[in-house]
Amino acid sequence: MAVKLEARALGYGYPGRAVGRGLDLALPAGEVLCVLGPNGGGKTTLFRTLLGLLPAQAGEVLLEGQALARMARADVARRIGYVPQGHVAQFAFTVREAVLMGRTAHVGLFAAPGAADRAAAEQAIATLGIESLADRVVTELSGGERQLAMIARALAQGARALVLDEPTASLDFGNQVRVLREIRRLAIDGYAVVFSTHDPGQAFLAASRVLLLAHGGSLRQGAPQEVITPQNLREVYGVEVRVAVVEGARVCLPSL
Amino acid sequence: MTRRAIPAYAAALAALALLTLLAFAVGRFPLTLGDLAALAANKLFGAGYAVPPTAETVVMQVRGPRILAALLVGAALAASGTAYQGMFRNPLVSPDILGVSAGAALGAVLGIFFSQSALVIQLGAFAGGLAAVAVVYTVGASVRRHDPILALILAGIVIGTLLGSVIALLKYLADPYNQLPAITFWLLGSLASVAPRDLAFAAPFALAGLVPLALLRWRMNLLSLADDEARALGVPVARLRVAVVCAATLMTAAAVAISGIIGWIGLLIPHAARLIIGPEFSRLLPLSMVLGAAFLLAVDTLSRTIAPIEVPPGVLTALIGTPFFLWLFATARRAWQ
Repeated sequence: MAVKLEARALGYGYPGRAVGRGLDLALPAGEVLCVLGPNGGGKTTLFRTLLGLLPAQAGEVLLEGQALARMARADVARRIGYVPQGHVAQFAFTVREAVLMGRTAHVGLFAAPGAADRAAAEQAIATLGIESLADRVVTELSGGERQLAMIARALAQGARALVLDEPTASLDFGNQVRVLREIRRLAIDGYAVVFSTHDPGQAFLAASRVLLLAHGGSLRQGAPQEVITPQNLREVYGVEVRVAVVEGARVCLPSL
Repeated sequence: MTRRAIPAYAAALAALALLTLLAFAVGRFPLTLGDLAALAANKLFGAGYAVPPTAETVVMQVRGPRILAALLVGAALAASGTAYQGMFRNPLVSPDILGVSAGAALGAVLGIFFSQSALVIQLGAFAGGLAAVAVVYTVGASVRRHDPILALILAGIVIGTLLGSVIALLKYLADPYNQLPAITFWLLGSLASVAPRDLAFAAPFALAGLVPLALLRWRMNLLSLADDEARALGVPVARLRVAVVCAATLMTAAAVAISGIIGWIGLLIPHAARLIIGPEFSRLLPLSMVLGAAFLLAVDTLSRTIAPIEVPPGVLTALIGTPFFLWLFATARRAWQ
């Protein structure tokens, strides 16, 4: 499988303030990487660097084998899609209009989206099964509905790698499960997906790999059952957690 | 074009046409519709209908330029307000936010203070508006590590305040019998003395500002997203923002240079248009311009007919605009359904 998203000896952070360094990552199509770490651990900084929104402080990011640093913004957008954390809608665009904005990198500077773009947006809406939301305005959606609309917008970008920043944050339990289900389905469809979360149990449910970030830039990467251990969680979060197996599935049980 | 858009445009254009006709007819020298029709037929087709001798002068020299100026200024202020509200992600932003009006005011006041000709005052206002925004933008962009939008707005407020105090100083120093009334008059805004020459000055600049906005009509929507989102979708946000600021400033400065400061239009009209037709810029911009033109024409017509002396249109826009705005604000939800 082709590697969609790659980082080589990546250092991320700000000039004079490194947040993390030495990250090697190769995410082929069909894989889901779950990024875990404490508040302020650098998850969003890493994501911004992977998306080219923040320049890499060391090393490089490659999208489909090409260096991100040498790409125009639109080239990046056609290769990697982004679902921001807590998208705040200021204006009452309809879901259809918002998803159509995902097509920006395919629309000429002075042009408006054409029939092909509209079809791609409808396709993305259909993939997430949110046809019933298409004519609603984004300012009136619930958190879960808005998250699905934002995933649809990222799909409309036509990128095969997706970055989702805490996609289940502040969603109710049902919507969390729905979003995780969509993430797994996207991987089966051949997307390479990166998402961050505060719930390590989600990694067992939806991810094929885990990247655990701690303060000070230490990194652990591997299969969920290798990385999510009581010892690692204690180091990163400072709390006691048991990892249990319930009917063949692993779950995290914190001790209070 | 959606089902909602067609009736909205039809109603707005019909209102604009009726208002224009009315504005030609009413005033100190009232004209009947018959007079207007006869005059139009004479002018357009060379027909020889009899019209009152002063009618032609009133229409061609007095009301015509003034009506055109109201349409131009109203549309320009509404268009730049529409662009800024989207770009600053705030429906309560006006075109003045980056200091264009304060800069134009200082330019004009300086011209009046040094007893310059009307043309120099106009050029001073235009150049002052452009220069103020250039300074604000440079200051805002040079402040790193801040939200760029917030940096711009704060720079606009600070520079605007500074310019305001210079204007206050000039008013204090100005000759209270000749200069001060002229300064006050200019700052209140007026279309009373607009001549065809003023229109010829402002129209090309306003058009030059409108063209980029019209071309970027769909991409403008992306500017209403958070910077990171827009960039991740492939938009070079910083460059697009410069282009929009230049275009909107050009339009506003051209308008203010011939009309003085007329507030509320750039804030109120885009907001009202958005409530009617939604935030999608390519549909919003034309409606906003039509409504802006109609609103200022209505206000200017009132300002020259409701009292024996002219009421400054800036005062009227505030008197009409404030309650209208509050009403819109209170019924916004319902207007959406």
